[in-house]
Amino acid sequence: MPAPITATSDRCLALVERRVASFVVIDAGLVERLRAISGHTHVLTDEHELRTYESDGLRHYRSPPAVAVLPGSTEEVRDIVRACHEAKVPWVARGAGTGLSGGAIPVEDGVLIVLTRLNRILEVDLDNQRVVVEPCVTNTAISKAVGPTHFYPPDPSSQIVSTIGGNVAENSGGLHCFKYGFTTNYVTGLEIVLSDGEVVTVGGKELDHPGYDLVGVFVGSEGTLGVATKVTLRVTPEAAAHQTMVGYFDSIEQAGRAVTDIVGAGIVPAAIEIMDKLTIEATEHWTHAGYPLDVGAALIVELDGSEAECEARSADVMAIYERNGTTSTRVAQDDDERALIWKARKAAFAAMGYVSPYYYVQDGVIPRTRLAEILEQIDGLSEEYGFKVANVFHAGDGNLHPLVCFDARNPGESERAEELAGRIVLACVEAGGSITGEHGVGLDKKHLMTDMFSEHDLAAFQRLRCAFDPDQLANPGKVMPTPRLCGEVPGPYRKHPLEQAGVAERL
Amino acid sequence: MMRSASARQQSVRIRGGGTKLSWGRPTDLPDIEVSTEGLDQIVEHNEGDLTAVLQAGTPLARVQEALAEADQMVALDPPLGETGGATIGGVVSTADSGPLRHRYGAARDVILGITVVLSDGKIAKAGGKVIKNVAGYDLAKLFTGSYGTLGLIVEVVMRLHPRSRETMTAVGGSDDPRALGDAASVVAHSPFGPECLDVWWAEGQGEVLARFGGAAPEAAAKEVAKLMERAGLETRMVADDDALWERQRARQRSSDDPIVRVSGLAAELPRVVRSAEEVGASLVGRAGLGLAWLTLAGGDGREVVSGIEKLRRSLHPFPCVVFDAPQAVREKVDVWGEAQALSLTRRVKARFDPDGICNPGIFVGGI
Repeated sequence: MPAPITATSDRCLALVERRVASFVVIDAGLVERLRAISGHTHVLTDEHELRTYESDGLRHYRSPPAVAVLPGSTEEVRDIVRACHEAKVPWVARGAGTGLSGGAIPVEDGVLIVLTRLNRILEVDLDNQRVVVEPCVTNTAISKAVGPTHFYPPDPSSQIVSTIGGNVAENSGGLHCFKYGFTTNYVTGLEIVLSDGEVVTVGGKELDHPGYDLVGVFVGSEGTLGVATKVTLRVTPEAAAHQTMVGYFDSIEQAGRAVTDIVGAGIVPAAIEIMDKLTIEATEHWTHAGYPLDVGAALIVELDGSEAECEARSADVMAIYERNGTTSTRVAQDDDERALIWKARKAAFAAMGYVSPYYYVQDGVIPRTRLAEILEQIDGLSEEYGFKVANVFHAGDGNLHPLVCFDARNPGESERAEELAGRIVLACVEAGGSITGEHGVGLDKKHLMTDMFSEHDLAAFQRLRCAFDPDQLANPGKVMPTPRLCGEVPGPYRKHPLEQAGVAERL
Repeated sequence: MMRSASARQQSVRIRGGGTKLSWGRPTDLPDIEVSTEGLDQIVEHNEGDLTAVLQAGTPLARVQEALAEADQMVALDPPLGETGGATIGGVVSTADSGPLRHRYGAARDVILGITVVLSDGKIAKAGGKVIKNVAGYDLAKLFTGSYGTLGLIVEVVMRLHPRSRETMTAVGGSDDPRALGDAASVVAHSPFGPECLDVWWAEGQGEVLARFGGAAPEAAAKEVAKLMERAGLETRMVADDDALWERQRARQRSSDDPIVRVSGLAAELPRVVRSAEEVGASLVGRAGLGLAWLTLAGGDGREVVSGIEKLRRSLHPFPCVVFDAPQAVREKVDVWGEAQALSLTRRVKARFDPDGICNPGIFVGGI
């Protein structure tokens, strides 16, 4: 499979250029301390070793850390974070690095805490439908550990490699979240190392621990509130039956109307996905899953529940397909066929390499009922910029993944493609949606935060950030659009040196 | 109002439907009581998007009635939601929940967005109006269950779910807590996925209840009744089951006897039942979730206080929180019990409410 290459832009180029000068010498004392904590072999300072970690799934941002350390226990993570706190050196925690918003890009003068050695499943408590894991256990490994009777529903397409720690940081979704919810609905407890080195346990296997829902605010905080070293997850029983059915339509609008009818009928499919013509072409080329190439859109609906429930609902769904002018349908006859149908959908991003040498993956959310008008806008933008835009769509929850196809070898195309992707996401916000449904804000979208949130909203976010990490050493420069200081609470007002220099402002 | 209270350092208590005024630690009378009564509008019902924007003071019953016209609901059914005047803001700020939690989760799981007035009068929002969104910090979850200690919730965006037109409940009874526990466990792990899975126990006997909705409730309820029978329960099927579930909700509340909510584990149900019996308490619970509400008979006497302490000892380390207790009891026991990450919790409070004017003293650690 050819590796798809993502866009570069002025912003990214600036980072790339900076890289040349970025192998700064970090405080030698700190490096020595890290070696004492995790051992010589687990502390990396050579340029060629650090390059491995210079970017995450969004490869156009590159910035190697000054030092990378691979701790082997919670205590080591605590000691590393404490050492950074004392030296006032920023740090970033990283799992598998599959994130698509640049959330795990290192801080160039900072420490990268690579958690890959923390990969043990600590406990499988099926009686209570819980598992306790270290952060670098992969998403798929959870379902494997509790199968075949149970499963872990959040299933991002990267699930074979993406880790639970990363899923927690990003509040990952996946194909099944319309019915089953997101990572945040499955995390019941966390062990967190805070940026001053304090280790706190919040939640547990039990629900409703007294106090603020600190588990709830930590999930999706993109590594800016601390680093999770243990995660307790809820798992759920597998349904008795599944029914996967594809309806093909001449247009994506028709498929969208069918979704509206399904939801309107009170049906809650386990998964409900739309692929457009371009995406079908790309995935078919690679997976040979048997999708026809002469259709405008494919709507994949998967039902689960009791046999009787699936039977009754699948008749309803087929009737809705018919009513919306389906050209043909396909019902999975067995688990193999079901897997094949999904293989095509899960391969959508990667397969795009067959259609275009370069593409930019966007992640936006709209209220689902506004689908037709957003698609019209995307078509208009696609024509205006002269780039093809493929659409993959978590149809139930309104999460769009437009893929902007371009050729970076032509001067200026990368920048224009990124601009087009930006305009698509702004259209989503204008329709009452969000700048990101599951990929996160990270580095990539922080400049869009002001399109969605007011100054007061951002100031409220900052209050939370400052409660957890007043020195802002944990993954600084992500999520929030402009750097701000925390200030002291409570106590008399003192000007911070950065404030005096006019670099940052106080809330 | 918040701004002037802040300037004058006046304490503020927020009141919704007034159904949970005895919850939390006993506090001094606030300088100002803010009622959300006037904030009673259903701002948006986006039927096709399965979302609703609700002002905090809107009674939950009115919300559900309006949504039911489209066969939809907010999947929250706490006690006093249907009949007692509980408001959506009160339910969110206390994170109260009912039997539907088994399938749909708690308030934290169905809240999508929030608008709050902070202690300095600034209005801030977080989250959004779409059912999937990861932009910014999830302050909606932070405020959910915060008992008004971080600011005033003025508006929430909730995710909606389809309302089942027909339901069927399989009920299994026994006088053996172990048999009830086994049956509940088998059902919780079965692939049939009930909408609600509850248990009650009083005076030496109890029942497990599994409610089904969707397209084929009867078939699934029958399968589950078979599982219950195999675990040794005497079973029956109830089609007209609303009263059954209203009773389950009602058992979570009490007008004069203290309630202890046990955050346990599903597999430990028999142990929780035994502990309840030891102190003469009746029990209602979410059998698949490990949550149980124990009603201690005996009002505000000394026995009640020692009963609560005994429960906490025998159920350690499960959190046991006291609700609906008379003032005299709340003065003698810490209703919250031990709280986690207290210094972090205090820092969160200090950042959001630096002057400490929002419902001071009611929360964990005297926050």
